[in-house]
Amino acid sequence: MRILIIEDDDETAAYLAKGLKETGYTVDRAADGREGLFLATSEQYDAMIVDRMLPGMDGLAIVQSLRAQANMTPVLILSALGQVDDRVRGLQAGGDDYLTKPYAFSELLARLQALLRRHKPGGGETTLKVGDLELDLLSRTAKRAGKPIELLPREFRLLEFLMRHAGQVVTRTMLLERVWDYHFDPQTNVIDVHVSRLRQKIDRGFSPAMLHTVRGAGYRLSAEPA
Amino acid sequence: MAITSGRLFRTTGFRLSLMYVVLFGVGVVCLFAFLYWRTLTLIDRETDAAIESEIAGLAAQYRQQGLGGLVRIVAERASAQREGPNVYLLTRPDLTPLAGNIERWPNEARQTPVGIVFDITGDTGAVNARAQTFVLEGGYRLLVGRDLRQRAMLRQLLAETLAWGLTITIGLGLVGALLVGRNLLSRVEAINRTGQRIMHGDLHERVAVKGAGDEFDRLAENLNAMLDQIERLMLAMREVSDNVAHDLRGPLTRMKARLELALLAKDGPEDAAQYRAAIETAIAETDRLLATFNALLSIAEAESGALHQSMQPVDLMQLAEDVAELYAPALEEKGLTLSTRIVDCPRVLGSRQLLFQALANLLENAMKYTPAGGRVTIATRALEGGAGAAVSVADNGPGVPAELREKVLHRYVRLDQARSTPGSGLGLSLVAAAAKLHAARLQLADNNPGLVVTLEFPRGIRVDAPTDEKNTQKEPP
Repeated sequence: MRILIIEDDDETAAYLAKGLKETGYTVDRAADGREGLFLATSEQYDAMIVDRMLPGMDGLAIVQSLRAQANMTPVLILSALGQVDDRVRGLQAGGDDYLTKPYAFSELLARLQALLRRHKPGGGETTLKVGDLELDLLSRTAKRAGKPIELLPREFRLLEFLMRHAGQVVTRTMLLERVWDYHFDPQTNVIDVHVSRLRQKIDRGFSPAMLHTVRGAGYRLSAEPA
Repeated sequence: MAITSGRLFRTTGFRLSLMYVVLFGVGVVCLFAFLYWRTLTLIDRETDAAIESEIAGLAAQYRQQGLGGLVRIVAERASAQREGPNVYLLTRPDLTPLAGNIERWPNEARQTPVGIVFDITGDTGAVNARAQTFVLEGGYRLLVGRDLRQRAMLRQLLAETLAWGLTITIGLGLVGALLVGRNLLSRVEAINRTGQRIMHGDLHERVAVKGAGDEFDRLAENLNAMLDQIERLMLAMREVSDNVAHDLRGPLTRMKARLELALLAKDGPEDAAQYRAAIETAIAETDRLLATFNALLSIAEAESGALHQSMQPVDLMQLAEDVAELYAPALEEKGLTLSTRIVDCPRVLGSRQLLFQALANLLENAMKYTPAGGRVTIATRALEGGAGAAVSVADNGPGVPAELREKVLHRYVRLDQARSTPGSGLGLSLVAAAAKLHAARLQLADNNPGLVVTLEFPRGIRVDAPTDEKNTQKEPP
């Protein structure tokens, strides 16, 4: 998978590139807006990470110009402006996700992987399956090893999101944004409690445990042991 | 400050006044011209009528008494009027004079019999006369006229009046223009001076309001209100930077010290573990710093009013249900019961994210301070009259003493019993800032026992057509 990083701060870009390469991605870097747009239009990338404030050309302008050319490569916007308005503007410009600096690399990676997954062809499936865990999106029922599992509506959505990103790390803020549709920083462990309740339902009495806590990052649902 | 004349002449007030002076001047001239023309026409007409009747009288005398009688009468009247306003001349058909007080038939009288104006040179100098002629039976010619000395005097009088009138009008107008210009200039200058002083850094300056209630006062009031707002924002800004410095310096210093200590450790196999521990503490500390930083920024954002542009109708009932749903498991874990009492209420215009954060902060506070076994209630209701809406979070924990309820809304204020629990002291400040942004009333009251925090939104949004569209994502059926 090829990732383009458009970021003028050399240290940040190097840090991102190193982390992504270690994860197994091929990474190209552009240090300003013009070069970034040139690379983005002339090469094929699976995703782009675009800083909002760039010399030469605004990050949002790059995204807008790409979208105007019907280039639908998923874009993760990085910004030091974290306010609600900026976030909305970033997403309106055609960005697929928005991450505020400073961020944890694990958060960025989780979001990038979610973007890559989201843009894979497919979708429209009516059942999700991870290991022996099954989710029927039409009847909104869950089964593990053939046994039905009772889920509350929110738990169903939580599990659906985890299953759609099976094998990937999802962070607490991602869950809060995608499952609850609120963007804020809880000071307490509200999300953890929801996840541990879900874990009780899907892992208790089954083997192996599927819902793993990834220390310092978030959660991962997978049929393989951690 | 002296007002230079150059500036005065360039003021709008002066220019406007000058324009009025010119208009009034033209008006005065028109008025006098009309008066002048009407008066002189009237005089001429009356003169002509008098002459006509006199000629008719003389013609009758001639018919009764013959030429001799007429000559006598004319001579009599002419001599009686030697100095007076009347002119007479009776001539033979060949224009040789028979009687009268002028020497010869005037050339002007040869063309037309009426409205003749000619020079007579009397004892008092050159004078004009207005006359008519009449041809008697037998070819004798009679000329009767009035001298125009009085008409000329009247004309002169009118001209002088006009000149004076015009002078006074223009003079008064100019003085008025100068006064108006000066007055306007001085008031504008006062505003300018205040502006200059403010630009030089004295933000406490305000434009003086005269109290006349005129447009300058309104301008001054608006400018002052604007300056108040700017000053408030500047203060808030300063407060934010002070707070950031206060809040970030301590933890940063601590973190630096820990990292340095870790670096001092001697080389050895246990060092790797020590480094790891130091890094992990540093990361945890960084996360706390970021949380504080974000909280401060959210408060600053709410206080700046920048969110006004992105406000949308928010369904408080949905918001309360969402926040309850999100926090219910966490509260249950702590041994608290969370109940909701959602009563129909109108939507309010607001920032959904910020209001959610505010409610979440209130719930987190309730969760933190209510001992196990306690009960937390989140409720919505319509305000009396049905126009507004309110949302409240109540607990039966220790509560906040009445005298401290105002104080806890400030930043970093943490009550003594709260010192042992983790927290930034920013939670309620954000709620207060959110309330202010939404023009909502924030009330802290006694829940007997415990605390009930209520946000009252006086103005709800009346939705005429019920819509299914919620602000939140729809729950799956």
